[in-house]
Amino acid sequence: MATLIKKRRFVADSWQLLECAADGALPEVTDTGAVIVPLALWRARRDALLARGHAIGVWLDSGESAEDIAADLNHFAVVAVSFPTLSDGRGYSTARLLRERHGFTGELRAIGEVRRDQLLFLERCGFDAFALRDDQDAEHALEAFEEFSEAYQVSVTQPVPLFRRRASSGPAA
Amino acid sequence: MYVYDEIDQRLVDERVAQFRDQTRRFLAGTLSEDEFRALRLRNGLYIQRHAPMLRVAIPYGLLTSAQLRKLAHIARTYDRGYGHMSTRQNIQYNWPRLEEVPQILAELASVQMHAIQTSGNCVRNTTTDQFAGVADDEIVDPLVWCEMIRQWSTFHPEFTWLPRKFKIAVNGSRADRAAVEVHDIGLHAMRADNGAVGFKVLVGGGLGRTPVIGHVIREFLPWQHLLTYLDAILRVYNRFGRRDNIHKARIKILVKEYGPERFREEVEAEWAHLKDGPATLIPEEIRRLESRFTRPQYLQQPGAEAALERQLAADRAFAKWHQRNVFPHKQPGYAAVTLSLKRTGVPPGDITAGEMDAVAELADHYSFGELRVTHEQNLVFADVRKADLHALWRTLRPLGFATPNIGLLTNIICCPGGDFCSLANAKSIPVAAAIQQRFDDLDYLFDIGELDLNISGCINSCGHHHVGHIGILGVDKNGEEWYQVEIGGNQGRTGHGVGASLGKVIGPSFARAEVPDVIERLIGCYLEYRDSEAERFIDVVHRIGHDPFKKSVYASVAKVAAAEPA
Repeated sequence: MATLIKKRRFVADSWQLLECAADGALPEVTDTGAVIVPLALWRARRDALLARGHAIGVWLDSGESAEDIAADLNHFAVVAVSFPTLSDGRGYSTARLLRERHGFTGELRAIGEVRRDQLLFLERCGFDAFALRDDQDAEHALEAFEEFSEAYQVSVTQPVPLFRRRASSGPAA
Repeated sequence: MYVYDEIDQRLVDERVAQFRDQTRRFLAGTLSEDEFRALRLRNGLYIQRHAPMLRVAIPYGLLTSAQLRKLAHIARTYDRGYGHMSTRQNIQYNWPRLEEVPQILAELASVQMHAIQTSGNCVRNTTTDQFAGVADDEIVDPLVWCEMIRQWSTFHPEFTWLPRKFKIAVNGSRADRAAVEVHDIGLHAMRADNGAVGFKVLVGGGLGRTPVIGHVIREFLPWQHLLTYLDAILRVYNRFGRRDNIHKARIKILVKEYGPERFREEVEAEWAHLKDGPATLIPEEIRRLESRFTRPQYLQQPGAEAALERQLAADRAFAKWHQRNVFPHKQPGYAAVTLSLKRTGVPPGDITAGEMDAVAELADHYSFGELRVTHEQNLVFADVRKADLHALWRTLRPLGFATPNIGLLTNIICCPGGDFCSLANAKSIPVAAAIQQRFDDLDYLFDIGELDLNISGCINSCGHHHVGHIGILGVDKNGEEWYQVEIGGNQGRTGHGVGASLGKVIGPSFARAEVPDVIERLIGCYLEYRDSEAERFIDVVHRIGHDPFKKSVYASVAKVAAAEPA
């Protein structure tokens, strides 16, 4: 099981992540336990999933959009976004849209190719949970959050851009 | 020159520390080759044919003499004593040692420089007109806006893993010296009737294997909205640009697939959410950035014009140099001077550490301690007193920087090619050298007049061959190096009012030894057909088409199948 970082701390992961089979067949869902289901399963068995009486999470593949679940967000305690490769950056936009446009306030979890050196930017885009890849050096991973102490842009963690903060703190030094 | 504040400096310092740690982890074996590759590429570090290559950003082309001395020091200490000015206002070192790169970055940070996002699939160094802020045809000084974009793009949380690299260029003059029509985003800074600054926004231009002229998606974007609009474009691209095929991943392919109109609608729909949000620019920030740019203290120069006229009349060689390498300045009594790095026998854009030091000293003496690098791989002293031009010229000549060829055929844009680059199919530097040798007669060069000749060693088009009036592309045929020739390209709107255009291949490719002959035939054809000296090569191509040029080349060149001599 991957190491889970939540809000910059290591935590035990109580969620089970379900995946479709390689041929696209939907996974079976047991009666107990909190599960994070693929979007396809949510779409196919929505009522059954809600009737289980357990917390529900959904995960989006990198080609799936925030809009696909925007209307359902109140059902989810967790939304996970998958990074199939290090270089597939779509999930960064997905996360910002979920937070900034659709107002999702639950756990937003990065899954897949999640590596130490992405953590800070993922966090700035709104992720607060990170299923770190098994081969990553967990011991030092939290240091990645501290590598940059400031940022120019608007982000989920800093909604006021640096230039506005500079302007309100008086003339430049 | 923009002077960092404490935060700008801190971010660059933190990047050095981060990269030092990444390198340490890689060398210790705890960071995989693949992972390190993706990370080092964001710091301009490629593994090349012979050694790593480090690309250092020269943001929008501006350098101080102190920074140039540091670049010289780096060339001398960590490399083989020279650097290569690229076509994107960067400098490249071809022989650094991986273990020493963190130290090089620390040296750079000590003079407010960096290699952030000079490669990788992220927003690259923003480029602009080398005469920004001084050109007499300027409408808006683009420098403040370039710095604004530099800050916005630096460590952008959302857009560092784009489908492909992303290049933004800004132009603020009547002529387009920034080639904005062939960038992922091109911005033409302009003024509304009331004087307010705004931008014409182009997207989807680019060179590479699928050259495209950009499309205008907004005629006038008020300056306040610059960053939110850029965010909107980048978000549409980041979400919907193709990632399944590296050759179809640039934004130009998405714009083509959607069509410019639908692409515009997508951007506008996204922008509707971002517009007037916190990233909307405020006048205080523009004033703050302006105040952090050092500006020359110009002085009145009484009598300078008359004295210069006398010198020009008395000295023909000086007059030739003045005609080609001196550019008009908006400030009376001053001029901008291009130092040609295109002398025969030296790879275009290469400059030694000793030359960098010499140029730094001249910049201190003649141009307020500042200089620029150009996308044509030359250097510019932007603020030279007209009274000093003759003295500067005499100083530049023995250094080899006074070749009067700016805008002429031998001012060749050329990538490093197969001599250095692992992507190249063919060498480009020896081709440039052979052409420069063939056209070494100055009177003939001047007679031919303005002509852009660009050479790329492969389809990645770093030598911008698609927008050369004559473009040469190195191709691989069964393991042999051949050269395709295009004519009719143009990098951007010029004084003659012609916009950017893409060259078309004239026919089958040539062996390296044939290339100078081919160029000579093309020139011969041009001279035969031009209606006056004012009609440039590119104008004639546009007027009469390709056929006469093809005929003169293929009817005359004996196809030499044998391998060309080294």
